[in-house]
Amino acid sequence: MNKLSQGEVVKVSGPLVIAKGMRDADMFDVVEVSESRLIGEIIEMHGDEASIQVYEETAGLGPGEIVVSRGAPLSVELGPGLIGGIFDGIQRPLETLAEMEGDHITRGAFAHALDRDKEWEFTAKCKLGDRVTGGDIIGVIQETEILEHRIMVPPGKAGTIVEIQSGLFKVTDVVAVLETDRGAREEITLIQRWPVRIGRPYVEKMSPSAPLFTGQRPIDTFFPVAKGGTAAVPGPFGSGKTVIQHQLAKWAEADVVVYIGCGERGNEMTDVLMEFPELPDPKTGYSLMKRTILIANTSDMPVAAREASIYTGITIAEYFRDMGYSVSLMADSTSRWAEALREMSGRLEEMPGEEGYPAYLGSRLASFYERAGIVRCLSSDDEERVGVLTAIGAVSPPGGDLSDPVAQSTLRIVQVFWSLDSDLAYRRHFPAINWLTSYSLYQNKVDAWLDDNIDPEFSKLRVDAMTLLQEESELEEIVRLIGQDALSDTDRLKLESARSLREDFLHQNSFDEIDTYTSMNKQFKMLSLVMHFYYEAQKALERGVDFDRMMVLPIRDEIARFKYVPEQEVDRWYALRNEQLLSEMRELSD
Amino acid sequence: MAREYRTIEEVTGPLMLVRGVENVKYDELGEIELADGQIRNCKVLEVEGSDALVQLFESSIGLNIEKSTVRFLGRGLELAVSRDMLGRVFDGMGRPNDGGLEIIPDAMRDVNGLPINPAARDYPNEFIQTGVSAIDGLNTLVRGQKLPIFSGAGLPHAQLAAQIARQAEVLDSEEQFAVVFAAIGITFEEADFFISDFRRTGAIDRAVMFINLADDPAIERISTPRMALTAAEYLAFDLDMHVLVLMTDITYYAEALREVSAARKEVPGRRGYPGYLYTDLASIYERAGRIKNKRGSITFVPILTMPDDDKTHPIPDLTGYITEGQVILSRDLYRRGIQPPIDVLPSLSRLKDKGIGVGKTRKDHADTMNQLFAAYSRGKDARDLQIILGEEALSEIDREYSKFSVAFEDQYVSQGFDTDRSIEETLNIGWELLSMLPANELKRVRQEYIDEFYIAEEETEVVAEEVIEKEAEADD
Repeated sequence: MNKLSQGEVVKVSGPLVIAKGMRDADMFDVVEVSESRLIGEIIEMHGDEASIQVYEETAGLGPGEIVVSRGAPLSVELGPGLIGGIFDGIQRPLETLAEMEGDHITRGAFAHALDRDKEWEFTAKCKLGDRVTGGDIIGVIQETEILEHRIMVPPGKAGTIVEIQSGLFKVTDVVAVLETDRGAREEITLIQRWPVRIGRPYVEKMSPSAPLFTGQRPIDTFFPVAKGGTAAVPGPFGSGKTVIQHQLAKWAEADVVVYIGCGERGNEMTDVLMEFPELPDPKTGYSLMKRTILIANTSDMPVAAREASIYTGITIAEYFRDMGYSVSLMADSTSRWAEALREMSGRLEEMPGEEGYPAYLGSRLASFYERAGIVRCLSSDDEERVGVLTAIGAVSPPGGDLSDPVAQSTLRIVQVFWSLDSDLAYRRHFPAINWLTSYSLYQNKVDAWLDDNIDPEFSKLRVDAMTLLQEESELEEIVRLIGQDALSDTDRLKLESARSLREDFLHQNSFDEIDTYTSMNKQFKMLSLVMHFYYEAQKALERGVDFDRMMVLPIRDEIARFKYVPEQEVDRWYALRNEQLLSEMRELSD
Repeated sequence: MAREYRTIEEVTGPLMLVRGVENVKYDELGEIELADGQIRNCKVLEVEGSDALVQLFESSIGLNIEKSTVRFLGRGLELAVSRDMLGRVFDGMGRPNDGGLEIIPDAMRDVNGLPINPAARDYPNEFIQTGVSAIDGLNTLVRGQKLPIFSGAGLPHAQLAAQIARQAEVLDSEEQFAVVFAAIGITFEEADFFISDFRRTGAIDRAVMFINLADDPAIERISTPRMALTAAEYLAFDLDMHVLVLMTDITYYAEALREVSAARKEVPGRRGYPGYLYTDLASIYERAGRIKNKRGSITFVPILTMPDDDKTHPIPDLTGYITEGQVILSRDLYRRGIQPPIDVLPSLSRLKDKGIGVGKTRKDHADTMNQLFAAYSRGKDARDLQIILGEEALSEIDREYSKFSVAFEDQYVSQGFDTDRSIEETLNIGWELLSMLPANELKRVRQEYIDEFYIAEEETEVVAEEVIEKEAEADD
């Protein structure tokens, strides 16, 4: 190890500490400040003075106290024991801390991220004499009922296996030994460390094409996100950003979910912690917590650790991606992360850019979102291992104003934009995703997939539905000017059908047991029924059927209640209602 | 004995620079002794080598650079806490203000508190009945929630807050209940309204008050909310009480923060407020909540006046991002005599879904709530249209919605500041109003509840009259 530099504090200003005598330390090294060993990170060097952002409350620090560099950048521990855990921004396990220190987070508290005493059943997948390189899977551990933790050779290491065995191991035990080409021995344990600010390596990035199903109708049908894609949810407070993030964490089709609560409410993290273990995964039936990792840096926790939390989260996500899993990462909210960046920048007396944010805000955001993607994982095997990391970030623009620098920088990067609208939220139309301003650049790719895999009619229905909604907004302008009576029956039908589309399809109740998740099959059938009513009514109008009589047909109430029909009854129910629709229309014509 | 320094170099606004100090720590508390023996408090904002930048908590009037001495106390700002605080009035720095004796402390607590470990929090899900329909029925408050009231200058937020404090207490008589009230920069009259209201209803025996008035030093306001929350934490988590914290007005707090920030020449964020306003407000608001294995709770209702009724102003905006919803008062409703003038559409309680339903309120609560929102929203749209185009332009059904929305404001929202409605009453009034609409319009309500609660036409008027009569009696 390098000679560790040791210096002393000269200045303390909030989370910023300046120490002298740090000439030997590297940029972004982790340091321990004072006797209570507060964790910090070097973010600037001037001669032998280092500016350190301290991840804990600095009250009680003063000049003269010692600062010791750990000689390594901020890193996370990767290995079995991550799943189901809740960690703070610098990966301290919060549940362990609660047991050790009580209900509040005390300063200088320390616990290993991964439990050192727990033993894991390791099954070797390689044999003596196998040649392995970074990324190769040498064995597996069944971490939870639904997740097999694949133990990989850390990137950058390679050699021939000279020792390996299955059995019970603690995370720090050596499970295999490699002999490198130079004859050195490399010990492999269940744990590997990785610096959070550097993306984990892969072979190549591929273009995302398959949709990531979330069970949320406005998202899956109208504004889909692809596996390995990026999406942003900006919206004013009260527009349901967090509920959407929670819904995605709950229902998105992923093997592993990393949820970063970055500068948000403590109770929201508690909500996740208490609710997820109770909820079954729609695919496997096991508790959602068996595939979820939480990073919590609530708004009252130290601000510098908030800046780190989003990197800690994405590094963990990349680790599971490297095993060949599909990982979804939710960050709520990236605005709080940007504010932490701004606060540190202010204390460093940097020249501010827009709204006081540092000039490098855009590039930092971009480099975060760029770590998402669908990749061919590092491995020497012939069989291809593909890993997916989908990143979804919430943005909390001040006053819901999208000209905010964080929102603008984010929109330039992400491919999907779910625009939350406070007007819709006031009407309690949830999810309050505005269908006119949102967009998804994955639409074409996903449409092709839906037509092939769900129903050939899907994309046509979607396009028609979107047109209808567009027309509704134009017609409403007219109604506002000259009143409803001025409209022709055809236009009134459009208005009514668009309303049905909004209320019976787009509106989705996250708190209803059945409505909270809708399979693609059901989404298609719901959309189909709404649209077919429209098509049939159009035809009927042409035949001269009275508009008002059509509007009171019993089938309309049935369409409204479709969302509450359980998944297993959907097919039968749909067939039945389709017939009802046709027969009621026929009766009217007779 | 701590060293005394006579090395004050400069005083600008609330800041003071002391040179040649040794062993001074960040955030340490200090005392300044003036030439005439007066003691003022201050705290360390920044230490650099042997210079300490210090923030005064009180005014700097009469402070002489040559003759004053500074002592650093080796600890942060602390509050003496004890059960005897109940029934007492303190100033913004936690000193008794009611002529009574000093508190004999059970403990000294650092007023900054410590962040609650998210893993140790318990989720707030117990319904609190405030007796206000617009809150109980539509924006339900739960124990451990932080629900601010966004108001404007001249709106009756104080009456509403006092009504909540008065009525929320009676819900569960077996539990111990306390109110912690913090006045931050408000006028004497407004503070007096609260104190006399608490006296009138006897709530004062269970109340702890921290009063910083408009003419008290602005800089003291930075400590006042922290004093109040430290007292609340002690009552809730040491003495197992259910504490309701009322705080008015957060806007003045933020202004005091801006004053210090400006004096330090920090790079400002929006509208001159410091970039860390969010973090700072969060360190106050997030102290509310419940903790696993503790019986007590802190429910927090801060009040803030929105400058120019603008919800996007940084103070309400950042508050809204931290708190679990907001209750918004509307000037429009106030002018029309709706009391309390709660604008239910933009108001929101994020935790309502966890606090309502079977075993908490009533099984139909969620559906009724959603339906009332949807119907009122549509009714308001219809009314807007009606203003432009006249009633004839509305379709039959829109006319009914329009009528509904008027009745909703008059009967559901407007109840006066002295009516205490049970949740049953609130829900029943909701059904009477919904029954003005045809049953097939109630798309957000499950059929079984419509069958059970919907009042078919001939009954409607009779029941509505009964309720109004009952309320008239209650008002008398």
